[in-house]
Amino acid sequence: MSRQPILTVGNLEKRYGARIGCTEVSFDLWPGEVLAIVGESGSGKTTLLNCISGRLARSAGSVRYRMRDGVIRELADLGEAELRFLMRTDWGFVHQNPADGLRMRVSAGGNVGERLMAVGERHYGCIRRTASDWLGRVEIAGDRIDDQPIAFSGGMRQRLQIARNLVTRPRLLFMDEPTGGLDVSVQARVLDLLRGLVSDLGLAVVIVTHDLAVARLLSQRLLVMKEGRVVESGLTDRVLDDPHHPYSQLLVASIPEA
Amino acid sequence: MTKASPLPDYNFAYLDEGTKRMIRRAVLKAIAIPGYQVPFASREMPMPYGWGTGGVQVTASIIGPTDVLKVIDQGADDTINAVSIRSFFQKTAAVQTTTHTNEASIIQTRHRIPETPLRADQILVYQVPIPEPLRFLEPRETETRTMHALEEYGLMHVKLYEDIARHDHIATTYAYPVKVAGRYVMDPSPIPKFDNPKMDRSPALQLFGAGREKRIYALPPFIEVKSLDFEDHPFSIQRFDKPCALCGAEGVYLDEVITDDRGGRMFVCSDTDHCQSRLTQGQGPTGPLASSGEEAGR
Amino acid sequence: MYVAVKGGEVAIRNAHRLLDDRRRGDRTVPALTLEQITGQLALSVDRVMAEGSLYDPELAAMAIRQARGDLIEAIFLLRAYRTTLPRLGPSRPLDTGRMRIERRISATYKDLPGGQLLGPTFDYTHRLIDPAMAGAEPIEAPERRPCHPDSNWPRVTDLLGDEDLIEPDGEGAEEPGDLTRDPVSFPTDRAVRLQALARGDEGFLLALGYSTQRGYGRTHPFVGEIRIGFVVVEVDIPELGFSICIGEIRVTECQMVSQFTGNGSESPRFTRGYGLVFGQSERKAMAMSLVERALRAEEFDEERLAPAQDEEFVLEHCDNVAATGFVEHLKLPHYVDFQAELELLRRLRREQEERSRAPQAAGADETREVAE
Repeated sequence: MSRQPILTVGNLEKRYGARIGCTEVSFDLWPGEVLAIVGESGSGKTTLLNCISGRLARSAGSVRYRMRDGVIRELADLGEAELRFLMRTDWGFVHQNPADGLRMRVSAGGNVGERLMAVGERHYGCIRRTASDWLGRVEIAGDRIDDQPIAFSGGMRQRLQIARNLVTRPRLLFMDEPTGGLDVSVQARVLDLLRGLVSDLGLAVVIVTHDLAVARLLSQRLLVMKEGRVVESGLTDRVLDDPHHPYSQLLVASIPEA
Repeated sequence: MTKASPLPDYNFAYLDEGTKRMIRRAVLKAIAIPGYQVPFASREMPMPYGWGTGGVQVTASIIGPTDVLKVIDQGADDTINAVSIRSFFQKTAAVQTTTHTNEASIIQTRHRIPETPLRADQILVYQVPIPEPLRFLEPRETETRTMHALEEYGLMHVKLYEDIARHDHIATTYAYPVKVAGRYVMDPSPIPKFDNPKMDRSPALQLFGAGREKRIYALPPFIEVKSLDFEDHPFSIQRFDKPCALCGAEGVYLDEVITDDRGGRMFVCSDTDHCQSRLTQGQGPTGPLASSGEEAGR
Repeated sequence: MYVAVKGGEVAIRNAHRLLDDRRRGDRTVPALTLEQITGQLALSVDRVMAEGSLYDPELAAMAIRQARGDLIEAIFLLRAYRTTLPRLGPSRPLDTGRMRIERRISATYKDLPGGQLLGPTFDYTHRLIDPAMAGAEPIEAPERRPCHPDSNWPRVTDLLGDEDLIEPDGEGAEEPGDLTRDPVSFPTDRAVRLQALARGDEGFLLALGYSTQRGYGRTHPFVGEIRIGFVVVEVDIPELGFSICIGEIRVTECQMVSQFTGNGSESPRFTRGYGLVFGQSERKAMAMSLVERALRAEEFDEERLAPAQDEEFVLEHCDNVAATGFVEHLKLPHYVDFQAELELLRRLRREQEERSRAPQAAGADETREVAE
């Protein structure tokens, strides 16, 4: 594994007129590492995620990504075609609401197969086998392959969204509150699944969450955001067990004891 | 109240020369980028949008006094709209018209390609209702434009995948999308998929006019045109299990005609010129006729 | 023996003759004259001119007569004629401030310079069918009084503008694009939108305008002013170095005033929705102004959620000539494609029957039969 980070963010800022979305954000992300960005709603964490993943234009700062061939590219220098291709192959984006990341009227198989077809896979049997395989890995019964997500439960839809993103073996995964809309009982299953897949595939992940328990379970490192700024960062276990910044202490203190 | 000005003298083929130039420029651009939809400022024509105004504008822009024009609809010269368009050009351009594919230099068509293979000195003008192959998957023009520009056609294949998953077959039987010269995905107009292979590497120039949607596109002669499919579900055309009941032709597209209300039906050539020519040459329903040339119809 | 049907040309000829006969109707009844149509069905003439995009009341009357009263058919006739006319150039912007007013009302002020002038409006009539309409009773001549030459009818929007309470009119492009000459691509600009709406179908825009009032993209509108009357059309003649008046046309102008909260860098102001239509076409002008404002959503940081705010949807479907062409084209023969669908359907049914008759047949494996 290379000693270079897969993603480097430098002094990222997003402003809306006079209002700050996020500012002075810098971090490195290594292959296979999971970084959690935590904070309350309005802290700017989703804005940050959208800026890093190219969904929102940043106001200032740099985002550099190491491509599959090892070359480091500044994302703003990529053409639209290159960026869209990257988003379809090397990257994944898991939305909080699975309906935002799925085609609700396309079958589960079609949803998972779409990325393959988008990069030129033209063998129906292969596409179906691969889709079937992935449905298995996210614990969706194989006989649901031709059903539409409109008929799935929330947890199933989310697992389908994960499969759809992982089928092209991305190297970097962005997740925005992936278990946010799910029942507590269902969350555990999805989180467990994520933990296994991330580890098996050696994915680098940036996950945004307000839930510290999710951060604890999935991430090695953590950024705490408040009002658009990073107030504390470090190893997840350290920050959660021994928070330095008063705001971090407040957040940690409000976790109900398990 | 002003007196109505005298109604104008119409230019050759109705359109003014400036408009024809504009359309020819669009046609040239379309030929230079095979399969790409070129926007053009479609004019209001004396027939309704949706009734062939795109094809008529393209024909009107390329036709000259020495051209010979054939107009067909559903493969037939005598369907009402084909008659109407043919008489429009007779009135406004006084060009010679014909029903024989062999004799025509320009053929304007709706929904069929003639059975007789075309030559390099012929132009086929198609009438197109909806030029955008992605339209029913993505209604927004702004999105589809980007998809074409970035060659993002995954969604197209998702549709084909869904068909096979649901029906075991690709459920598109006409307006079957094609890839042109390995780059643009194009809608060939609502011709039955039976006709798709005729577009591939045709010696003739093929022009597509969509008046209401204001787009022109083209297939230059000998360009490669491949129907979309999967490796393990290759594209294939419809087959009829009987020959034409009039002239015996096989391997041609047939129309189903209901002959009585007890389920009686017969299948006859959709391409009336093709059928007629065969009958004139002495072909019949079960092979050459004993006596030559038994005419049908009239 | 089956005989291929021929005779399309004869059928068309006969259909046209029958149409001519029906159009004329009972020969003992006097034929309609153009004067009757322009004089007594003026609002039909106005609608045809507006959506036909051509100001010529007599031609519009001819079209209405030829179309047997079908206004969209008449609009089509006018448009087809318009296509053949040479383009001379744009006029100077119409100065509706100098309009020769026939009707002028405002809902935002109780009274204002020039006053509320009702004009020939249906607004306060009771909708009771009048038996007089079945007869030919004489109508009294109207009373006349001299119009004061210095009558002042300042535009309501100018009054608001003086206090800087409404967004300014804007400079406008030197020469706006012509949507009948240049292909439209989305997103468009305001000039193209206004052109499309001005010739757009009254019913469609009415429904969309109505929807904005019912919550589908509300913009809190008030009728700032409606004015109907005659404006002078002036054209610049480069060879002469000055502009000349080529005539007068009747137009209806509606300025809808809507609210906008300033976005931090700009102070709050009223915003505009604009409608301008040939003739006395108040309903259309009002609907147009509601939709026009809704389509300006981006300028005011409004989220586009409602159909009336969807630029592509509104502009692609407001042209009734294009709409009727495509809807009615379904009458054209489609039997070749229908044949293709029949063939597939029959095959699918056959296969379904075979499957249900042989449930022990080879278990479903992933390689399916080749299509066809």
